[in-house]
Amino acid sequence: MSTHHDPSTDVTTRGDGALPERFDDPGLHEHRARVGDSDPKANKRAERQVVVLFTISILGTIGAIVAYALVPPGETVGTMRLSNLLLGLGLFLGLAGIGLAAVHWAKALMNDHERAEDRHPTASSDSVRVKAVEALREGAKDSAIGRRGVLKGAMVTSLALFPLAIAVPLVGNLGGGWDVSQSKRTMWRRGTRLTIDPSGRPIKASDVTIGSAFHVIPEGLEETEHPLNEKAKAVVLMVRMDPRDIKSEQGEGWSYDGILAFSKICTHVGCPVALYEQQTHHILCPCHQSTFDAADGAKVVFGPAHRPLPQLPITVDDEGYLVAQSGFDSPIGPSFWERLT
Amino acid sequence: MSTVDSPPAPPTRTTRAAAATADYLDQRTGVGNAVKEFARKIFPDHWSFLLGEIALYSFVVLLISGTFLTMFFVPSMTEVHYHGPWAAMDGVQMSEAFASTLRLSFEVRGGLLMRQIHHWAALIFMASIVTHMMRVFFTGAFRKPRELNWLVGFTLMILGLLAGFSGYSLPDDVLSGNGLRIADGVARAIPILGSYVSFGLFGGEFPGVDLIPRLFTVHILLIPALILALIGLHLLMVVLHKHTQYPGSGRTDKNVVGYPLFPVYVAKAGGFFFVVFAVIALMAATMTINPVWNYGPFDPGVVSAGAQPDWYMLFLEGGLRLMPGWEFVIGQYTVSMNILIPGVVIPGLLFTVLALWPFIEAFATGDKREHHVLDRPRNAPFRTAFGVAYLTAFLILVLAGSNDLIATHFHLSINDITWTFRVLFFVAPVLAFWITKRICFALQRKDRELVLHGHETGRIVRFASGEYIEVHKPLDAHERWLRVQHEPRRPVEIEPAEDSRGVRRKGYRIDAARRRLSKVFYEDRIEPVTPAELAAAQSHGGHDALPLAHEERHEELTAGASGSRHLAPEPEDTEGTQGTQRH
Repeated sequence: MSTHHDPSTDVTTRGDGALPERFDDPGLHEHRARVGDSDPKANKRAERQVVVLFTISILGTIGAIVAYALVPPGETVGTMRLSNLLLGLGLFLGLAGIGLAAVHWAKALMNDHERAEDRHPTASSDSVRVKAVEALREGAKDSAIGRRGVLKGAMVTSLALFPLAIAVPLVGNLGGGWDVSQSKRTMWRRGTRLTIDPSGRPIKASDVTIGSAFHVIPEGLEETEHPLNEKAKAVVLMVRMDPRDIKSEQGEGWSYDGILAFSKICTHVGCPVALYEQQTHHILCPCHQSTFDAADGAKVVFGPAHRPLPQLPITVDDEGYLVAQSGFDSPIGPSFWERLT
Repeated sequence: MSTVDSPPAPPTRTTRAAAATADYLDQRTGVGNAVKEFARKIFPDHWSFLLGEIALYSFVVLLISGTFLTMFFVPSMTEVHYHGPWAAMDGVQMSEAFASTLRLSFEVRGGLLMRQIHHWAALIFMASIVTHMMRVFFTGAFRKPRELNWLVGFTLMILGLLAGFSGYSLPDDVLSGNGLRIADGVARAIPILGSYVSFGLFGGEFPGVDLIPRLFTVHILLIPALILALIGLHLLMVVLHKHTQYPGSGRTDKNVVGYPLFPVYVAKAGGFFFVVFAVIALMAATMTINPVWNYGPFDPGVVSAGAQPDWYMLFLEGGLRLMPGWEFVIGQYTVSMNILIPGVVIPGLLFTVLALWPFIEAFATGDKREHHVLDRPRNAPFRTAFGVAYLTAFLILVLAGSNDLIATHFHLSINDITWTFRVLFFVAPVLAFWITKRICFALQRKDRELVLHGHETGRIVRFASGEYIEVHKPLDAHERWLRVQHEPRRPVEIEPAEDSRGVRRKGYRIDAARRRLSKVFYEDRIEPVTPAELAAAQSHGGHDALPLAHEERHEELTAGASGSRHLAPEPEDTEGTQGTQRH
């Protein structure tokens, strides 16, 4: 490493007068003294600043304790936020005071002379390697493993197998009953009444005005064993439009007087498709923007979904309440491998 | 205090007590060895080295605030009816998990603060991991001997994603519930096993009653334990390798320049922990995050518009939103490309390339030496350009994950935005790559220009001949060294396919692949100024660098330069020297 500090117009030549391939490293910068290094007043001032910062921390922590005691979260969002703010500001000051004091101390008062320390190659030295290899060799010899193939095989096999005694029961139990065909069935049967989500009140066809949209669950949902699981499959979005606007349906006579019911579970990845645009009859999934045309058999008009929302065939019962003609004719929700089997 | 050496003070009571404690410990642990080894260990200083520290400290904040939360959170999906101070939810049916989250916010004093600290710290944890990775990538800190530590860091990033997602879902609110539903949809798209994976996760059908307790165990035990262990390994390797340092005078691959651990970094890094914690506390005090009391409990029939996952999940969400609805059926089996490509293929590709990058680059360079001095990003144009292109693709996916918010905020059509992003996902990274590479070259040219001709001074001088020139001030040795210290990287040269006797050589195919790859990396390049080039430049335009002082030397330098070889001939630097100087 060169030690001189010449301006760059100097180009060091080698002894033979030729120029080197590369420049020389000029070596570390000279140390630049801080104001506080030479001026005792500045040094004293920095020390006082550090003390003040620690003091701020002490006061902040006391403030947080006072806020804890005096300002409960209360019953409104406003009081909750106030309690949060005061506690948080106290904690902030308590922490920031310590942090800034320590950093300021380090930067203004501690020795700031850079030092260089040597690095050594990461790899161990050749002699150490020889010893390490020797140690392994001796160990292997002591174990006499080299000559016993069957023993090695038995050991490896037993070690590889033993985790199965834990993993098999674990994985086996994870999936409940593993009856994956459940996801193809919903609660909807012939005659199941359409009811309003969440009240469960049945819906009269005459109460559904043109242009309206209803969030629908099957009657008796709450009485099932796992209402949320059933609801996750059975929710329906029902809309009514002028029958003349209907371009196509998924089945003959599946709607009733312009009332159409579709699975509310997106055929993309299963978000509820809750947005209905009355004018265009588009149903939109707010998660990934798949758009379905309710007037045209809920076909996909935009976005990542591939299949239309399955349509629930509906009609009215003797009392004028909307009921299902049958269940969905295909599994609802996202596609999966064995969906069509 | 630092400059004055005072004579040793007589032992006080405190120092005697300290000495006795140290003696007690050392006799039982031999801790003196470790103190001797590490107390004055040198670490280099640079603001960008703080990014990894932020990650570490926000993890500590996560542990502290998380422990607080576990005291009051109930990880159960049992349905209850809420009765508490929050009137808007009175009588509403919800899981115990959600009810206890409300209780944490409204009834536990300081509970909301800890919840918000925990959530903000998680966002900052991921952000600092990602920016720390960017720092390591763009400066080439992953090169030998640190490739394995890059993999450890990469794994930590993945674990961070899992920690975030599992924790985010715990309150069982409607927003995170729909996030889980999306996860369920993605799991079910996996060919053959999909339905079983979904059932395995949820303990049966979605949503079931098992998921929250399962996620809880994963979130507070499994993942944090793994993260903690890997952080230990990560830091151990940092100590083992000693920290990298930025280039500069006196900094080499054989030394480390900086300040001692005790006291400077004990104070600075220790203080910085408090600063990071303080900033997170301030954020939690003043900025609401995840106000689940507004969202309501999970209900499979409810969804909110404009919903976004936490930022580190946006790229997956964006991929799902951009992908066209491709799905096909083989026999009677359905394959959902609209989910598999954005959910599995794209993240798989992105992450694999990221994890393997140190090995890809090592293969291209064939370089087996250790590197401890960092690259300036401009001096590795291909790597820098690739990194920026990578980030651009990631950014497009992130933006696409917010396409609905972009649409509503800027009154644009969601369909147009989606199509724009679909195109940009392919075009923008290519453009970003090209532009970044050009910028790197431009910066390298600027470095050469400065070394050869110095800084413009704004001083115009007229010669007797009537010629005007601007006087340039040459760089001092330190500034020059920064711009010439790097080794030029060139495509590797390989042995011919056949030896002198015409026998095909073993390993030629691998060598040929290496040559091809290294050509892609290093064919376009600009090399640092050599002493000979500087000498040549001075002999050409010396009189306007420092008019009179160096008359004699010119002769000598020209002689030297004539025998030298320009490694990276550039018109403006060799022949056109005069032209470029006389603006």
